[in-house]
Amino acid sequence: MNSSSTLDWVSVSSAPLSQDQLTTWATRPQCGAVVTFCGTVRNSSTTGNDITALDYETSEELAVARITQIVAEARSRWPELGAVAVHHRIGLVELGEAAVVVAVSSPHRREAFEAAQFCIDTVKNCVPMWKRELWDGGSSWSEDARTILGVHDQ
Amino acid sequence: MLLLGPAREAAGLRDDLIDGDTVGEVLGAAVSRYGPAFERVLAVSQIWVNGEVASANDVVGRYDEIAVLPPISGG
Repeated sequence: MNSSSTLDWVSVSSAPLSQDQLTTWATRPQCGAVVTFCGTVRNSSTTGNDITALDYETSEELAVARITQIVAEARSRWPELGAVAVHHRIGLVELGEAAVVVAVSSPHRREAFEAAQFCIDTVKNCVPMWKRELWDGGSSWSEDARTILGVHDQ
Repeated sequence: MLLLGPAREAAGLRDDLIDGDTVGEVLGAAVSRYGPAFERVLAVSQIWVNGEVASANDVVGRYDEIAVLPPISGG
């Protein structure tokens, strides 16, 4: 599911993510800084260090609505931002692949860094999204689960 | 009702239609329908109605969607 405008692009989909695509999309003539964050699947968690993939589950409607709210909050805190893209992959994501990509542009680097960090931290804390860890011969829900927080409290 | 992640797993389905005049009534009926494993997940879950945080006393109608959202581990 996708929600996009000239300046905001939110997506929650099972399609593979491309950092390059989002970085290019966020690059604007009036912006001298583009910060792209990429969250990838790693092999370790509290349950072990032989994870081979993560299986993400959500309601695309609820997740897109929440991420859109996060982008709006970032814009209210850093009004000088150029483009903001937040894409989250769902379904099976293999080791080393990107599960989430954030790309933020602004005239100067400080706002781009701060807003990109706010976006990824707030996605982690506020978006209804669950992941199942898979390894050879088994799987389980991730153990480091926390109650969903409100965007305005971040 | 929309049941996600561990709530979906405990209930055995993702979507359901349950009668009730309040959030609490619907959730009570859900516990009767799905059993103790679901009740344990529900106890630590957040409840949204139509995308907003809700409480047990909130009144709901036929077109409202109650979502059961267990603690998240996303991103």
